[in-house]
Amino acid sequence: MSNIPETGRTPRVQTRLVVIQVLVFSLLLTLGGRLWYLQIRNGKEYADEAKSNNIQQVVTPAVRGSILDARGVPLADNETRLVVSASRTELMKMKDDGKAVLTRLAGVLNMKPEDVANKIRLCDSKTPKPCWNGSPYQPIPVTDEATVQQALTIRESTEDFPGITAELTAVRRYPAPGKARTAQVLGYLSPVTDDEITKAKDTDSPFLRSDQVGRSGIERTYDKELRGKAGVTRYEVDNLGRVMGQTKSDPGVAGSTLVTSIDARVQAVAEYELAQAMKTVRGETDKITGRKYEADSGAVVVMETKTGRVVAMASQPDYDPNVWIGGISATDYAALTSKKSNYPLLNRGIQGQAPAGSIFKVISASAAVRAGYDFNDTYNCSASYSLGSRSFANFESQGHGPITLGDALKFSCNTVFYALGHKEWQKDGGITANKDAKDWFYVTARDFGLGSETGIDLPNEVTGRIPDRQWKQAFWEANKDAWCKQGKKGGSYVEQIAYENCLEGNQLKAYDSINFAIGQGDVLVTPIQMATIYAAISNGGTLYDPSVGKAIISPDGKRVREIAPKAHGKLPVGAQTIRDLDKGLRSVVEPGGTAAWRFGGWPQDKIPMRAKTGTAQVYGKQTTSWLATYTDDFTIVMTISQGGTGSGASGPAVRNIYDALYGLDDAGNQDLKRALLPKPQKALPKVNADGTIDAPTIKAYDPKSQLVDPAKQNGAAPPPLAGTPLNRRD
Amino acid sequence: MKKRRTFSVSRYAPDRGPVARLTARDSVLRRLDWPILLSALALSLIGSLLVWSATRGRTELNQGDPYYFLFRHLLNTGIGVALMIGTVWLGHRTLRGAVPFLYGLSIVLILAVLTPLGATINGAHAWIVVGGGFSLQPSEFVKITIILVMAMLLASKVDAGDQLHPDHGTVAKSLVFAVLPMGIVMLMPDLGSVMVMIVIVLGVLLASGASNRWVLGLIGSGIAGAVLVTALGMLDEYQINRFAAFANPELDPSGVGYNTNQARIAIGSGGLHGAGLFNGHQTSGQFVPEQQTDFVFTVAGEELGFIGSGFILLLLGVVLWRACRIARETTELYGTVVAAGIIAWFAFQSFENIGMNLGIMPVAGLPLPFVSYGGSSMFAVWVAIGLLQSIRVQRPMSA
Repeated sequence: MSNIPETGRTPRVQTRLVVIQVLVFSLLLTLGGRLWYLQIRNGKEYADEAKSNNIQQVVTPAVRGSILDARGVPLADNETRLVVSASRTELMKMKDDGKAVLTRLAGVLNMKPEDVANKIRLCDSKTPKPCWNGSPYQPIPVTDEATVQQALTIRESTEDFPGITAELTAVRRYPAPGKARTAQVLGYLSPVTDDEITKAKDTDSPFLRSDQVGRSGIERTYDKELRGKAGVTRYEVDNLGRVMGQTKSDPGVAGSTLVTSIDARVQAVAEYELAQAMKTVRGETDKITGRKYEADSGAVVVMETKTGRVVAMASQPDYDPNVWIGGISATDYAALTSKKSNYPLLNRGIQGQAPAGSIFKVISASAAVRAGYDFNDTYNCSASYSLGSRSFANFESQGHGPITLGDALKFSCNTVFYALGHKEWQKDGGITANKDAKDWFYVTARDFGLGSETGIDLPNEVTGRIPDRQWKQAFWEANKDAWCKQGKKGGSYVEQIAYENCLEGNQLKAYDSINFAIGQGDVLVTPIQMATIYAAISNGGTLYDPSVGKAIISPDGKRVREIAPKAHGKLPVGAQTIRDLDKGLRSVVEPGGTAAWRFGGWPQDKIPMRAKTGTAQVYGKQTTSWLATYTDDFTIVMTISQGGTGSGASGPAVRNIYDALYGLDDAGNQDLKRALLPKPQKALPKVNADGTIDAPTIKAYDPKSQLVDPAKQNGAAPPPLAGTPLNRRD
Repeated sequence: MKKRRTFSVSRYAPDRGPVARLTARDSVLRRLDWPILLSALALSLIGSLLVWSATRGRTELNQGDPYYFLFRHLLNTGIGVALMIGTVWLGHRTLRGAVPFLYGLSIVLILAVLTPLGATINGAHAWIVVGGGFSLQPSEFVKITIILVMAMLLASKVDAGDQLHPDHGTVAKSLVFAVLPMGIVMLMPDLGSVMVMIVIVLGVLLASGASNRWVLGLIGSGIAGAVLVTALGMLDEYQINRFAAFANPELDPSGVGYNTNQARIAIGSGGLHGAGLFNGHQTSGQFVPEQQTDFVFTVAGEELGFIGSGFILLLLGVVLWRACRIARETTELYGTVVAAGIIAWFAFQSFENIGMNLGIMPVAGLPLPFVSYGGSSMFAVWVAIGLLQSIRVQRPMSA
């Protein structure tokens, strides 16, 4: 019947069946391998992707913690405002990129359409402010000052305003209690950037797209504590974004409250007095230049001597921190960052640096003691000090004969320190330093904390500069090319200087050390450094890290973490030298002293006052006024750039701040009821059971309160004026 | 010669009672290939769960009844099993006689699709709406018809003992019969089915023992045809887009590449154990389109994980392994060729379907045998199982 094998197949078919089977199973193996690759090898990545695919987060921003002054008065808090925001993602979906909607919106908000458009454009290197620096996916605030009527208009016709929302939002507010703006100390906020989000992703305080971040001041230093944690509700959504359910949600945690050591009342006085002093001095003529004083900037620091806590810190020019709220406008931003406004964002208390002038002499005196000179020995205070053909004069070329270092402080005698500085320089080998050169003046300046940060809890503190041998060399190496190009022998003054610098700018010259001994030349210091030093002299030698933050209180008020004062060193001199310095500084306000004429009637027996005046020369500018003072509890350092002499420009303001602190009138009568802060505020504000903190009411500073009350003064003899303006010297 | 009844429950004991006959050593129940049957059944049941999971939340599809697709899939499975029993009952040899009729019917049906009776679903004009919520996709049955008609032509002379291998004339004739319905399906256009049919023809030719020249020629012309079709712009845009998206899924993540991206995310996120049945976010969130049909494997991937989806691969492996065994062990070339056609069909269609789910094959509208929802496909694959069983039952007892 059949001639084929029983199996019905030829070897060819048999072979091909095997081929088919092999093919089939290699296909299955391929699928299995791919399945393993997707699910096991890359499973985690895909799981993450799936999560971001179908989980939508709704973020409820945490309310930022308040910043309080030492008694609980809010310096920064929050208010509820109607914020109108635009969603870029929605607008960009429209054919005209949302132009029509924005124009309609501008009409409702009474804004110019281009202003609205500018507010929601994204920042890049070419876009000037205003622009949106945050995430493009986040609704961008157009205004936070919408009226209820405007909000209703937008809400009632959502079809006219797609992508536009109007919602009540907690907005930062800087209430400036008693007119204490505290602008530069508080700092400001701005939206988080994509970079920051990426960087903070895996830390313990990641950012959310909606976050505002402290950019400056204590808003920045204590940002993590103040920010809290936003609440996140996670919704599962389907492919059309419809909510299917709720998954793990993180409840929000409000930001902690920061209690600062700032006293809003003192701050208000400091700000007023600084501004007033600058205004006054601008009306006076500088005898050296023959022009009115510029008084372009200034700073005053009020600090507790025994803790380093900052009670007030004012910087001029200043600004209203509320300009940052809801995004800063182009005009405002330009104004804040222009040369014309002289950069009011700078906190001159920690970022302004100038030669110290004579307030440096406490360091020179200490250096002399360390170099082996006796504080109470006598040193010749000649009218001038000669170095070769050059002559270095005393203030108004007045001589005092042989005097102690204490009296040298009292009269602010330059020639005594010139000689000491010069002698030490010579001893150290002069231009070519000995191997064992002590460089006492420079070392002592560094040991006093100059040339490095004080460690204050404010960002971007500058270090100042100590122009020692190493600095000279480094500075010359960095600049010699420019100097050598510009320099010309026998040219103009500037060309001649450049020429000399080109040749030997790396050498520490005799006149460098002479200048340095009285805080002149290349030395630069900040007000906060000097406040730290004078506080240390007051407290017996401890150099505290100045601090603004005093305590962090959890939002429920249950946990209070005090920020203890920290010290970064001790003065490098013995207790006796400190006592000697103290005595010398005390004599400065006493008859004959350079500041005596500004402290007439001061109750020196009750509240001993120490002071040191300084008038620093800056090449090409008018002199910088310095006044460093302290009592047992407070130190006040004030400086005015291009403001003239220390006692002249800063004296009345510092005196007025002290008067306000201690409740004194011009005649030195103390009224403790009027005293703002006769003793440093030790206690923290009281926290109520519900976590709130009651703020004491605060009255604006009345400068007239310092004037002598004629009724009270009735019959009393006018206080003897110790010293006259003729006596003043810095 | 009188036609012998090709089906008997037991030839050894014609006088026994029905139960005894069913349990006899040579009973058809004993001779059935149980691994293939149970695997196919398991795949259908797993499929019903996956289809259920994919559709229970989709009110716009299930008319508000979350169990709608579960029941329909189980019903389809039931009908499929019945069709398998019927096929075994009739036997593939009987069907051999009916092949001309089946072939004619298939041609009529696919032609009907091109008339106004046809309906377009997912860009393919491949359906006939029967009414009552039922629609028929005749191209599924055409796959069987092509297998049967080619097997009949190619094996007739060999099985008759006239030649060792089919001659060129026979091969050519069988190819003409295969190409005619394929051409019509191409017009629909149902490119996926045509691809499967080409692979079926290839498998059939291989198993038939046709000359190597035919096999290689067919592969060559297949490639040339593909190039020609693309060059002449015979493909619709949606088909080209699918291939473009396959080549680069990130090309258009919200458009064409969306399916493949979301499918991969769904499967990848399943990990080893999967999210558990009904717990897949990608599935319940409807991120993957066509999830009860073409992309049903993503449900398995996400909710059952590597273990569950690997198990599906294993079951398909069992089906194909047993089918290969049946092809090898039958005595007639006809049975071998039919089995080989079915192997080619199942293997390629499964590979293409799962492959596109896994992102290693371009997207083509093909169901996963047994698992995907769809009556026509389900019926066709169960008829194919019936054919395989019939081939096995009728092979001589080797014991």
